[in-house]
Amino acid sequence: MRFYEYEAKALFARHDLPLGARRVVNSADEARAAAAEIGGPVVVKSQVLSGGRMKAGAVRFADTPDEAAAHYQAVLPIIVNGERARAVLIEAQSRVAQEYFASVTWDGRAKRPVLLFSDMGGIDIEEVAASHPEHLSRTHFSSLLPVTERVAKEGIAAVGVSGAALNRLTPIVHRLLLIFLRYDLTLAEINPLARLEDGRFIVLDGHLDMEAEARSEHAALLDELGIDSSETRLARPPTAFEIEGARRNAIDHRGVAGNVVEFDGDLGLVIGAGGGSLTLFDAIRRQGGRPANYCEIGGNPSVAKTANLTELILSKPGVEKIAVMMNVVSNTRVDIVARGVIKGCLRAGVNPSEAIAVFRIPGSWEGEGFKILEHYGVAYCDRSVSMFDAAGRAVAKLGAG
Amino acid sequence: MPILISRDTTCIVQGITGREAVNLTRENLNYGGLKITGGVTPGRFGRDVYGVPVYDCVRDLIRAQGQPDASIVSVPPRFTRDAVFEALENGIRLVVVVTENIPRRQVAQMVELAGLRGARIIGPNCLGVISPGEAKLGGLGGPAENTRQAYMPGPVGLMSRSGGMTTEIASTLTASGLGQSTCVSIGGDAIVGTTYAELMPLFEADPATKAIAIYTEPGGRMEAEFSEWVRANNTRLPVVAFMAGRFMDEMKGMRFGHAGTIVEGKEDSSAEKIARMEDAGISVVERIEEIPVLLRRQLAEQGVAL
Repeated sequence: MRFYEYEAKALFARHDLPLGARRVVNSADEARAAAAEIGGPVVVKSQVLSGGRMKAGAVRFADTPDEAAAHYQAVLPIIVNGERARAVLIEAQSRVAQEYFASVTWDGRAKRPVLLFSDMGGIDIEEVAASHPEHLSRTHFSSLLPVTERVAKEGIAAVGVSGAALNRLTPIVHRLLLIFLRYDLTLAEINPLARLEDGRFIVLDGHLDMEAEARSEHAALLDELGIDSSETRLARPPTAFEIEGARRNAIDHRGVAGNVVEFDGDLGLVIGAGGGSLTLFDAIRRQGGRPANYCEIGGNPSVAKTANLTELILSKPGVEKIAVMMNVVSNTRVDIVARGVIKGCLRAGVNPSEAIAVFRIPGSWEGEGFKILEHYGVAYCDRSVSMFDAAGRAVAKLGAG
Repeated sequence: MPILISRDTTCIVQGITGREAVNLTRENLNYGGLKITGGVTPGRFGRDVYGVPVYDCVRDLIRAQGQPDASIVSVPPRFTRDAVFEALENGIRLVVVVTENIPRRQVAQMVELAGLRGARIIGPNCLGVISPGEAKLGGLGGPAENTRQAYMPGPVGLMSRSGGMTTEIASTLTASGLGQSTCVSIGGDAIVGTTYAELMPLFEADPATKAIAIYTEPGGRMEAEFSEWVRANNTRLPVVAFMAGRFMDEMKGMRFGHAGTIVEGKEDSSAEKIARMEDAGISVVERIEEIPVLLRRQLAEQGVAL
C-alpha cells in the first residue's frame, strides 16, 4: 500500500526527520496563499503514487505566489502514468549542494531487511548500481535485535562518506530504519536526501509502501493520515467491478470468492486458488482466449458466496460464458463450488449448461459435484484433462458461440 | 529415505483445537506414518482432538511426553509469531507454518530466531510436506483418500510456492507413472523459511530422489538463487520448472495469487526468471503435463533407471 509524498512526509515529521516548509493545497488560491506563507521560491508538486512525474511536467518551480497559483493550474490536470493528481504539494525550494539516496527494503534471499545507501542520489538507483557500484552500499540488519545507529553509519561510510556529513547523516538514516520496522513497511525511501549549501541535510522526497497484511495493525496511524481502508493503493485504482467483488467477498468470512481483477476480455473466469489462478489465466491466454477477469477461489467458500461471485462476473457487459476451473482441490469441495456456480447462473437468468463453458475441478467430493453438473447438463472434466486443455475447451466453446 | 520427515518423526500441532487444525490433525492421522503426539491451545488443557491430548504450553507437553521433532503451526495470523517462537524456544527443530497473511517483519523475525536456534521453518502460507507412502506433515492433498489418489512413492522431488499446485503436479506425475520422493509446499510469501535452493542439498543427498520438479511464480529472487545453486553445484538431478503467472509481466505493481507474487522490477518478472533458469540448464515448461515427459526424457538421457 503506497503512500503519497505528503503522507510520507507527515510520517517523517512525526519522527523528526528534517523537512522543508510545506502545505498540501486543493485550489489555486490555496497554492498562492501557501507560497506566500512559506515565503521565497517554492516547488509545486503533483501528488501521484507512480513515479515519473518530473518527466511528465507535474513538478514545477515558482518564484512568486502568483506563479505558484499558475503552476497549480498547470500541474493539476496532468495525468501521470494514467493517474490523476490527488492534491498538490507546495514546498520551500532548497539550495542543494549534493544529493544522497537512502532506501530500506526486505531482501527475500537474505530474509532480512537491507539498507541501500548512495552518495549519488536523485537519479535512477539501478543505473548507479550498474555504472557506479562503489557508490551504492547494501547493509543487512537484524529484524530481531535492536537496530542501533551502527547500521546506518556502516551503510553511509561504505560509499566513502566521512567527516561532518557522516555524523549528520547517521541519525537521519537511523530514523528511517526504525520507521521501516515500526510500521511494517516494505519500502522506506528518501530520494533525494539533500545536503544544503549550509551543511544541513533535508528530505526532499520520500516513498513509503506499507504491507497490506499489516494495515489493520496500523489502523490508527492510517486514519490520522486520512487513508481510507477501501483504498487499495496498488499500481492502479480499483474498478467498480473490483470494489463490488471485494464487497461480496466480505459478506461471508468463510473462504475466498470475490477477489477479482477486471480485464477487458469476454470470457468470465471462476478460478482458484493462488497458484492455480495464475496457471489458468496464462493457459486461457495461451489458448487464444481473452479473460474478462482474474479471480481466486479458495478455502472452501459457501454456496452463497460462490453464487454471488458467479452472478457478478456474468453481469459484466459482453460476458456470456464462464470457465470454472481449479487445480486438484483438497480442502475446497467440488460439490459446493458446483452448486454455487449453478445457483449464480440461475440467478443471473442464464442456463448453466450454456453459460458454463467448462467445469474442471477435480478433487474432494468430485463424485457428488459431477452428479449435480450432470443434472444441469453442464460440461465437466476430471483430472485426466489438464488445466491447459480445459482452458482450450473453454476458449473453443466461446469461439463456437 | 525421504527428506525432512519420516515415519519415525514425532510431531505436535499448535492451535490444534482450531477448525482447520482439527481437519489437518484428522487427515494426518488417517494418512498414517508419523506420529502426532500432542497439541497445544492455551486454555484447552485436558481436552483431546481425535485422541491427541491438548496442552496449554509446548513446555507442558514436552514435560508430559518428551521432545517432539516437529510442529505444525495453524493459529490466526496475529498469534503466529508467538507460537513459532514458543516452538523454537522449546527446542523443536522443524516448524511448518500453515498460517497466511503474516506481515513479513514477523516472518523475518521467526526465520532469524530459527537460524539462531539451529531450526528450520517451512512456510508460512504453505501446506507442508509429504513423503508419499511414508509420512505427511500438513494439509497437502487433503483427506487421506484424496492424498493417496494424487501422490505415490517414486523418484521425483517436488517443490512449490503454491500448495494447490503441488497436488496438481503430483497428481499429473502419478497419472503418468512417476511417483514422488518428497514434496514440499514452501509457501507463497515474499519471505519463506526454506527456499528451493536451501532444500536442494537435502534432495541431492537423498538416494530416493532422482529428479526435481518445481513450480515457480513471478516476484522475489528465489528462482535466481535456485538457478545459481544448480549452476554452482553441478547437480546430478535433472530439473524441470513450471512458470505460472507469465501474464503479470505486463502488470507491474499489481499483486496476484500470493503475497509474494508482485512484479516490482525487471528481476521479478517471469521472463527474467525463465532466462536465468534456462541459462542454468533447467528446462522451463508452460504446461503441467510436459513435466513428466521432460523428466523421463532427461532421466533416460542420463541412463538413470526408474
